[in-house]
Amino acid sequence: MAYTERIDGRKFDELRPMEAKAGVIPNADGSALVKAGKTTAYAAVYGPRELFPRFKQNPKTGIVRCHYGMMPFSGSGERIRPGNSRRSQEIAMVMEKSLNAMIDLSAFPNAVVDIYVDLPQTDAGTRCAAISAASIALADAGIPMKDMISSVAVGEVDGTVVADLSYDEEAYDAIVSDIPVAMTHNTKEITLLQMDGEISKENLMKALEMAKVGTETVYELQMKALKDKFSRSD
Amino acid sequence: MSNILKNEREVVIPGEALAEGMDYLPGDNTYREGDKIFSKVLGLVGVAGRVMKITPLSGPYLPTTGDKIIAKVFDITMSGWRFKTNTAYSAMMNVKDASSRFIKRDEDLSKILAIGDYAVVTITKVTSQNLIDLTMKEPGLHQVSGGRLVKINSQKVPRIIGKQGSMISLIKDKTGCNITVGQNGIVWIKGDSDKELLAEKAVKMIEARSHEEGLTSKMEKFLTGGAQ
Repeated sequence: MAYTERIDGRKFDELRPMEAKAGVIPNADGSALVKAGKTTAYAAVYGPRELFPRFKQNPKTGIVRCHYGMMPFSGSGERIRPGNSRRSQEIAMVMEKSLNAMIDLSAFPNAVVDIYVDLPQTDAGTRCAAISAASIALADAGIPMKDMISSVAVGEVDGTVVADLSYDEEAYDAIVSDIPVAMTHNTKEITLLQMDGEISKENLMKALEMAKVGTETVYELQMKALKDKFSRSD
Repeated sequence: MSNILKNEREVVIPGEALAEGMDYLPGDNTYREGDKIFSKVLGLVGVAGRVMKITPLSGPYLPTTGDKIIAKVFDITMSGWRFKTNTAYSAMMNVKDASSRFIKRDEDLSKILAIGDYAVVTITKVTSQNLIDLTMKEPGLHQVSGGRLVKINSQKVPRIIGKQGSMISLIKDKTGCNITVGQNGIVWIKGDSDKELLAEKAVKMIEARSHEEGLTSKMEKFLTGGAQ
């Protein structure tokens, strides 16, 4: 039985209803909120600030440090132990690598830009929401970057290529693949590409094409969030 | 064919194309790739002749020689003081730059500036690694005493000051407070306590609405309405 209709009734290339807002945390230098369906990500950016421990300082450029955290009852399953885990460390690392591609901190040697992403509610696609939110927050903080990074997950559920999988789809009882993709806007360079599951070569290419369109939708949303912050208040 | 793709004073985000064609040049906070010029930060578009530039709406303070800043002493060394500058970098002030009077070799430096004190100082030198040298020997530079300190985004400092200081002198006139604005985004307000509060509100309001036009007249209304 092939996957002919999506569980939540979306079209195969349709993303979940999304929402984005910039400047939601007053104490941070830059911040953002991204909602994709039931997944909610808050990103806060601090810095550039002094980097300790000192051996991590790079005299040639500033560095980016990411923190990713799912809140204890954010998932639909068991309570998640707060704090660092193998999974959160990995996601923080891929976020760092994905965002670093476009950030230019050459004017801030030895310094660090800290990005904290917390997720009060999750329903798959957290690292994508985290990257999209972090990108807005970085722009909001005035960090020099060459381009925005937009991220969306694509994949295959029982032979059908779909965009922005929900948790129910990831857990579908068939062959499923989940491919988080992050792309720049102008050049469509891929800065994040991971995969869980299996997919055929043809479908992978189809999925990446779908990601190109999907990230463009996310980009429009990111742009709107940033520009809305500076629309006239009266 | 060269043309500008954005209007002047339009808000752009990083990576947005500003102009195409080789007739335009990339200025502050922009870069060229191929025949297009792109923005590097979130800010307002500016066109100065053939140069495209972006005025950032937010962002960190970049220490620059000649800037007057307000900094905090956090360490005292053999040869001077170390200051926190509200950036990722600390600054150094040598004993000889602290005062025009002679400071003896065995004098207690904490009698002049103690740890935790703030001072209005000028940046005399910045290296490529952002090591900063300060001086307190120029006129108008002194220790901060009394009043209150307000932190704002350093990119909003020009708006707080206004054209030829119009905004800052408006606030000074209406509140009767002494106000010193550090380029690093620290504002020192000293006056009657209720007037200090009003001045602080005014500064915060300018920070929040800095991208709007006609702000000086709006401020005038706010200060005359709120002063009574």
